[in-house]
Amino acid sequence: MYKTVTASDLEFLRVAASPDRVLTGTEISEDYSHDELAGVKHMPEVLVKVASTEEVSAIMRYANEHRIPVVVRGSGTGLVGAAVAIYGGIMLETTGMNQILELDEDNLTVAVQPGVLLIDLAAYAEKNNFLYPPDPGEKSATIGGNISTNAGGMRAVKYGVTRDFVRALTVVLPSGDVVKLGGKVVKNSSGYSLLHLMVGSEGTLGVITEATLKLLPLPEVSISMLVPFQTIRAAIEAVPAIIKSQASLTAIEFFERETVLFAEDYLGKKFPDTSYPAYLLLTVDGNDRSGVEAELFRVADLCMAQGAPDAFLVDTDERKESVWKARGAFLEAIKASTTEMDEADVVVPRDKVAEFIIYTHEIARQLKLRIPSFGHAGDGNLHVYVCRDNLDEENWRSLLAEAFRLMYDRAAQLCGLVSGEHGIGYVKKPYLLASLDAAQIELMRGIKKVFDPNDILNPGKLF
Amino acid sequence: MDIIVCVKQVPGTSQVEIDPVTGVLKRDGVASKLNPYDLFALEAAFRIQEQAGGTVRTLSMGPDQAISSLLETVYMGAGSGVLLSDRRFAGSDVHATSYVIQSVVRQMGHFDLVICGKQTTDGDTAQVGPEMAEMLGIEHAANVLSIDEVDEAGITVTLNLDDVLQTQRMAFPCLITIEKDANTPRLPSYRRMKERGKDMITVYSAGDLDAVDESRCGLKGSPTQVERIFPPEKNRDKELLEGTPQELQAALAALLRSRKLI
Repeated sequence: MYKTVTASDLEFLRVAASPDRVLTGTEISEDYSHDELAGVKHMPEVLVKVASTEEVSAIMRYANEHRIPVVVRGSGTGLVGAAVAIYGGIMLETTGMNQILELDEDNLTVAVQPGVLLIDLAAYAEKNNFLYPPDPGEKSATIGGNISTNAGGMRAVKYGVTRDFVRALTVVLPSGDVVKLGGKVVKNSSGYSLLHLMVGSEGTLGVITEATLKLLPLPEVSISMLVPFQTIRAAIEAVPAIIKSQASLTAIEFFERETVLFAEDYLGKKFPDTSYPAYLLLTVDGNDRSGVEAELFRVADLCMAQGAPDAFLVDTDERKESVWKARGAFLEAIKASTTEMDEADVVVPRDKVAEFIIYTHEIARQLKLRIPSFGHAGDGNLHVYVCRDNLDEENWRSLLAEAFRLMYDRAAQLCGLVSGEHGIGYVKKPYLLASLDAAQIELMRGIKKVFDPNDILNPGKLF
Repeated sequence: MDIIVCVKQVPGTSQVEIDPVTGVLKRDGVASKLNPYDLFALEAAFRIQEQAGGTVRTLSMGPDQAISSLLETVYMGAGSGVLLSDRRFAGSDVHATSYVIQSVVRQMGHFDLVICGKQTTDGDTAQVGPEMAEMLGIEHAANVLSIDEVDEAGITVTLNLDDVLQTQRMAFPCLITIEKDANTPRLPSYRRMKERGKDMITVYSAGDLDAVDESRCGLKGSPTQVERIFPPEKNRDKELLEGTPQELQAALAALLRSRKLI
């Protein structure tokens, strides 16, 4: 088992870092016992606000020698308990490592420390006329966290996910050794891609202390369109036709009126249109306004041929703000609408989105639960929320488990996977184990053992 | 209920060049958009129309390219638009602009209500609406936060006077300017865009106006002479005074006096 943190361990940490960045007992806020959603809670024994690769390296070497578990945490905006110190031990918080280190305009890359927030990186890139495409709703997440979960977001349809934008990582291994994976290179066939093994590894293989990310030139024009539908089924069923038309869309989001109304309450601001039961939100970007408009209008015609009564233009900064700000707040808004909730972040083939969402409505009716959803219709990644509302603990636990079982079973039947972008962490472990065959799980366990033979880095996660 | 909404096309970004000789905005080649404040005015008009029926027409003064902004108002829900476009009107200041636009309003037939945005993002004066109303000889209210009641005889509105909210009842015809964020403006409809074309917009030149005194229009009709336009110095120093308006008045006067600014 693991060693408990003692006074001499604290002494070491205070020297390795600095005393004011080593917190214990009541100095550690309760916030550090959980993330943003998952029901799992546990306090770390000591919290270290790390400041450099060297510090992390020294701490990992020490923890490895002394068998003290270590968990890395960014902003704590995770949703599956990945950054919860379920075995106590040391928590390394990276938000102090929040410097943008280099903008390389010759190689179109930006180097950042792991604690840089997505919102700051996106603004920095834009100010320098670049686009950092990954665009998850949670803008206050750290880049380190985004890499660790392989966050996707709303522009994945066109640009891909975080993985597609990671060029190089500096990683401290559980042994304390520092490795530099990848580089400012566009191509790389040089052995196993440890870089990509690290992306999405949820803090179980190493501690990311620096990342070099790929940037794109900033598109000059970006226009969205809000397309109303009479039913959610009609909205989602229009998506395969849109994808099949080979339209070059940046985003295809779907949501229901109910979710918009929650966002209105949460933000205290009205949405431009709530007169229809369901919506698709589409974006096209590019460098030529008339080309972007033509593409968007072609898709609008397609949607109207599929039964959309209209399509609304979201073409100015003010209009984009009124629509996308609400979209970015959906998760928080649904959370605020209930007493407790849990989320399934399944991903299914894009032509199965409608079938899956309709099925969640059936589950809601069957189990008498409220299960609002929204998601990235364009890439098949759905965010489905099971709300507790007024249920007592016992009923809530059993109905939640049943709802999840039904959903993950159906996702598997549709050839989908457990998580599209939020990860497995602690709370989704049973569903990952149930969805992958034993050989794959064994390979994963083997990889973990190679990196972390003493199982000190984020133990108890993933599988 | 017949409503006229006055709108303006403004530069699409804040990076605007100004002609150093005339002090007039250089609009050529600059992407444009409908003045964001006008969107609240349009939304207010559509909501009144939904409740009371009647028509919403829009009116703008500007170069030919401003047709696109008037078309946008039609896509949002306006029945038709009028563009006043003539080089003789170019360079009009607040006074001349108000004069020209109210001349057109007079020519547009029956109206109950004129609605303007609170101000524009390029001029920022917030004066054209009230000045037009004075020239038209009708009642007006600026910075309207909400429209509380509309009936056949008039309208009751609540306006923001900074320290107090004032509820005001006015008989038709009258003019109101709508405060920013008083509502959430609806989005332009692609369906309406497909169904309605440029024939929804009537373009007037000076010659089409019945009774307009050309000497009161354009640069020559503008009592404001712009000496120089320059970007304001950026100064991040900030002092915050707090208290009642009377206390603030005294504190500010004392501060300015101590720095020998007054």
